[in-house]
Amino acid sequence: MLNVIIAWFSRAVMFATVMLFGSMGEILTEKSGHLNLGIPGIMFIGGFTGFAATHYYEIAAGAAYNPIVCVIIGLICSFGAAALAGLLYSFLTISLRANQNVTGLTITIFGVGLGKFFGTIVMGKSTVSSAAKAFATFSTKIPVLSKIPIAGGLIFSYGFMVYLAIIMAVVINYILKRTRIGLNLRAVGENPGTADAAGVNVSKYKYFSSTLGGGIAGLGGLYYVLEYNKGMWATSNSIEALGWLAVALVIFSTWNSVHAIWGSILFGLLSWAYAFLPKLGVPIPSTTISLVQMLPYVVTLVVLIVISMRKKKENQPPESLGLPYFREDR
Amino acid sequence: MPNGLDFRFEKRCRYLEENYAVELKNVTKIFGKVVANDSVSLGIRHSEILSILGENGSGKTTLMNMIAGIYFPDAGQIFVEGKEVSIRSPKDAIELKIGMIHQHFKLVDVFTAAENIALGLEGEKYNLKTVAKRIKEICEKYGFDIDPYQKVYNMTVSQKQTLEIIKVLYRGANILILDEPTAVLTPLETERLFGIIRNMRDDGKSVIIITHKLNEVLAVSDRVAILRKGKYVGTVDTKDATELSLTEMMVGQKVSLNIARKEPVNPQERLIVNNLTCLDSAGVKVLDKVSFTAFGGEILGIAGISGCGQKELLEAIAGLKKTAPGSSVEYIDPGDNIKKQLIGKNPRQIKDYGIALSFVPEDRLGMGLVGSMGMTGNMMLRSYNNGHSFFAARKEPRDLAVKVKNELSVMTPSIDTPVSKLSGGNVQKVLVGREIASSPTVLMTAYAVRGLDINTSYTIYNLLSEEKDNGVAVIYVGEDLDVLLELCDRILVLCGGRVNGIVDARTATKEEIGLLMTNLKEGGNR
Amino acid sequence: MAKGNVIKEPLVRVVKRDTRSTAKTYKFVLIRVAAVILALIVDALFIFFITGLNPISVYTTMFKGTFDFEYGSTLFTAKFLTTVRDMALLLGIAVALAPAFKMRFWNIGAEGQVLMGALATACVMQYGVKYVSGPVLMIIMFVMAVIAGAVWGILPAIFKAKWKTNETLFTLMMNYIAINIISFATNVWRGKKSTLGTINSISREGWFPKILNQDFTLGIIMVFALVVLVFIYLKYSKHGYEISVVGESENTAKYAGINIKKVIIRTMAISGAICGLCGFMVVAGKDHTVSTGSAGGYGFTAIIVAWMAKFNTFFMMLIAFLIAFLEHGASEIHSTYAVINDYAADIISAVILFFLIGCEFFINYRLVFRSGRKKEA
Repeated sequence: MLNVIIAWFSRAVMFATVMLFGSMGEILTEKSGHLNLGIPGIMFIGGFTGFAATHYYEIAAGAAYNPIVCVIIGLICSFGAAALAGLLYSFLTISLRANQNVTGLTITIFGVGLGKFFGTIVMGKSTVSSAAKAFATFSTKIPVLSKIPIAGGLIFSYGFMVYLAIIMAVVINYILKRTRIGLNLRAVGENPGTADAAGVNVSKYKYFSSTLGGGIAGLGGLYYVLEYNKGMWATSNSIEALGWLAVALVIFSTWNSVHAIWGSILFGLLSWAYAFLPKLGVPIPSTTISLVQMLPYVVTLVVLIVISMRKKKENQPPESLGLPYFREDR
Repeated sequence: MPNGLDFRFEKRCRYLEENYAVELKNVTKIFGKVVANDSVSLGIRHSEILSILGENGSGKTTLMNMIAGIYFPDAGQIFVEGKEVSIRSPKDAIELKIGMIHQHFKLVDVFTAAENIALGLEGEKYNLKTVAKRIKEICEKYGFDIDPYQKVYNMTVSQKQTLEIIKVLYRGANILILDEPTAVLTPLETERLFGIIRNMRDDGKSVIIITHKLNEVLAVSDRVAILRKGKYVGTVDTKDATELSLTEMMVGQKVSLNIARKEPVNPQERLIVNNLTCLDSAGVKVLDKVSFTAFGGEILGIAGISGCGQKELLEAIAGLKKTAPGSSVEYIDPGDNIKKQLIGKNPRQIKDYGIALSFVPEDRLGMGLVGSMGMTGNMMLRSYNNGHSFFAARKEPRDLAVKVKNELSVMTPSIDTPVSKLSGGNVQKVLVGREIASSPTVLMTAYAVRGLDINTSYTIYNLLSEEKDNGVAVIYVGEDLDVLLELCDRILVLCGGRVNGIVDARTATKEEIGLLMTNLKEGGNR
Repeated sequence: MAKGNVIKEPLVRVVKRDTRSTAKTYKFVLIRVAAVILALIVDALFIFFITGLNPISVYTTMFKGTFDFEYGSTLFTAKFLTTVRDMALLLGIAVALAPAFKMRFWNIGAEGQVLMGALATACVMQYGVKYVSGPVLMIIMFVMAVIAGAVWGILPAIFKAKWKTNETLFTLMMNYIAINIISFATNVWRGKKSTLGTINSISREGWFPKILNQDFTLGIIMVFALVVLVFIYLKYSKHGYEISVVGESENTAKYAGINIKKVIIRTMAISGAICGLCGFMVVAGKDHTVSTGSAGGYGFTAIIVAWMAKFNTFFMMLIAFLIAFLEHGASEIHSTYAVINDYAADIISAVILFFLIGCEFFINYRLVFRSGRKKEA
């Protein structure tokens, strides 16, 4: 019984971590007034690049495999490639003032295509390809603490990226709420004209947050492949689906990365309920699995409706979300 | 005391007097084909209050925006403290200690006062407590009152303006530009603002006020620079200026309008407005028990400082604004003398009720017209729904567009050119032409000649007079008192959302109306 | 202050194009053509450096994915018709989006609306066949699909009209709710079978009749009819006029006495209904079954098509064709060259889309470079 709950929870946490990275990236981007519907594609790019890099490193290094180098290579490649995709989005939407939704969707098409195209090359003739050592590295648990009964399984039995995600979520929230950079960034998303008049370099902030946001979202893809999916690359659509959940999570957490932590775990619990509830004595007919999996989206929709009805200023989407900014527009 | 110091002090004083804090030389800015500023040169001294005076659309705000880094000049030079500078962004302006308070406040609604002030600051450590403390200090020095932790969306207009001024002072600005600062203030708040501006001048700062209100220019400024249609006319010391001399400079020549005005023939009651009350989104009364009667065959002028309820009054009558209970607008049909209540109806229902009410709103492209459509499309705006066909009739509006184009000589490449591409005067001709074409019995216009050249203005005056002669009840909201006095038969003066008096335009004087606009009489507002 | 002494104009300034003086259509066409050519060059580099193949022969193969003259002398080869089928579907959805986009309502939910239409169609196909058949069945399928799509479109519209709920996020969520509903429904249907399989595969009840020996011809005809109808609807009807006004300015709409809420809801009902109709065509004319992949991502691609065509239904045809052409070209390459898989299509078309999206900027704005003048103060 207890074991089932622990197993459910830890599955949910791992699932949540993928989303959390994506959501953090999207929150940063949206806070600057840009809705990036390319996040799912960017996560795909991040996941693939990180996987390919560690996979090839593993083969190249052979016996000289060094876990720390592997982690560094994985993080840098994944973050870098995803950030480049974020930069492309920024260039099109900020400098060329292209429509954000259209650009984002194209990035998703592009990212998924890119990942799958090169993915099949990496896989060669087999259906999956695996980076076993990298998986072992990325899923190394905290040595002593993970042995503690209950708490060990619930809290300490994950690879480092789970903790990285949570720390980042707290840090991002702190930066947004308590530092000048965060203040300026929020102002850019709320009212770019005002930020501009106050001497904030609007384009710089938009570029910075959309690019960084892309990079962070990419880490979600990396985590998906190297821990959640046990180091295996398969050209499935799971990352993309998780990417869309990440976009939903941003709304659910009302653009607050700390709320996104527990929100993502809730989404994770809901998404995995079908697998664990039966073990707890709550039978779920296999046909209704989809209805349970639908819950995160329904809950998000309810949150979206409620915040728009309550009209509490602090919970609204950034005011200029989706709108281009051109100083000399007249 | 060594002489040298004295000498240096004197030299410094002379330097400050002789050198401008900011100087513009031949500055030009062009938007598309509109020349907003045509080779303007002017200077602002230290420790002075300079008014930039000009009619609406004379290029005052554009000019100042170039000093504030919002726009970049197409030609010309800007000097700050004698050095040529290029101000590419508001940030550059702040570094040069220039601060501008825009007409539309540049504040982030969901931020507190302190956060808004901290926005974009550089150099000092980010600490809202320190910011709040310094806000308090500035408040004490100049006599403001503001809570640093209040969210902007909870603030009144006057508080927001105060916050804007504090923001600029906080950044150590020595040159402050205020764009129409009094437009949104009550007379009392205006007085207080002027007190603060004088304090700042005495503190050594240069203050520029953009305005088109003569009385304010005379009351507060040291010198006045006048712009006319994007061109610099000249600068005079306020002590040598009179309303008359300033007006002459502002409009070019002495204004003798010579608008042909006939006596109203057989005026009949057309609109009876009673206890009309409107609240704004914050629950403040923007119209307070307004009552009057408009007659067919006369032009009723409505005067008032901008933002005193003119817009709301017309919109309430037109069915565009919600009214408070107890409000009544009765329409008396000239055909059968039947009274019809307009309150509670939207524009469509008013039309379907058989009331030919035309309305030329202040925001021409944002409300009266569809900018992306051509003349034909715009002629359809009020009539597209006529008839029972699923399709909108195209032929009549096209004919009407041609007619309006020819009769009012609208300058447009084709009747299908989007109206947003036309000049202001032609846009207004399209709008007025359409509204008159529906042969109204009531015609309401808001600032119908704002931004138009003299010729087009006269075209509009003549059109309105013709409508009056046809027995239409014309309501004319205007800002130019000369026009109101020569065009209208009666003038209703609004002040703070209340009727502060209705005068006979043939006998009233400008002073009389000016007083009614600024000072509430007994029984008026608190 | 040393910095301030040297006078610098910004290096590049962006100025809005004055369309009055440069309303030369050929220039805009030229910019777009140049964008596509540049994209093709980038794609060629990509093909060459990644796969080592000759880009020209790859492009020729791609061309054959649609225009394959070897099998017959006519243009209407099987490959061509399949491309046209996919183009028609994409076009149908893009056409559905046009009214909503014209109203500045960001309907990102086409995928879900199509899926709901497909589900309703499959439902009637599966269970209705017990009671009715032939054209009657077809009509019920049609009606139910339209209603299902419309409902999916109306929901976000109601919240937008009443509470200004962000429609982009709302419709986005509705997609995934639809996907899960489909997944649920198919799970229930298939029972113990592994997949749902083709519905009425023997009786072919509720299937489009074969015309020109193609299953989908009726669908193509319907889409072309839609292109014309929606064009007329937007351009000449009173409703279309209202949509333009609401999209341009809510204040103007109020001034004209337009009931904005009604227009929003009605327009989204139409947009959703046409999406539902596309779902109907997918099931009755192409797949003869329903799955979460019935819309195949076209609901998203169509957004790009509709946007780039500036809501003109005829331009949409061109762009939809381009995308379908690329897709089929890529699978043609895949079957010809082992090194390239058909995901390359996504990359190749995304690059072309990026260039097309980017080139809009050069149509709306022009750049003013810093002139040579430099002065010392």
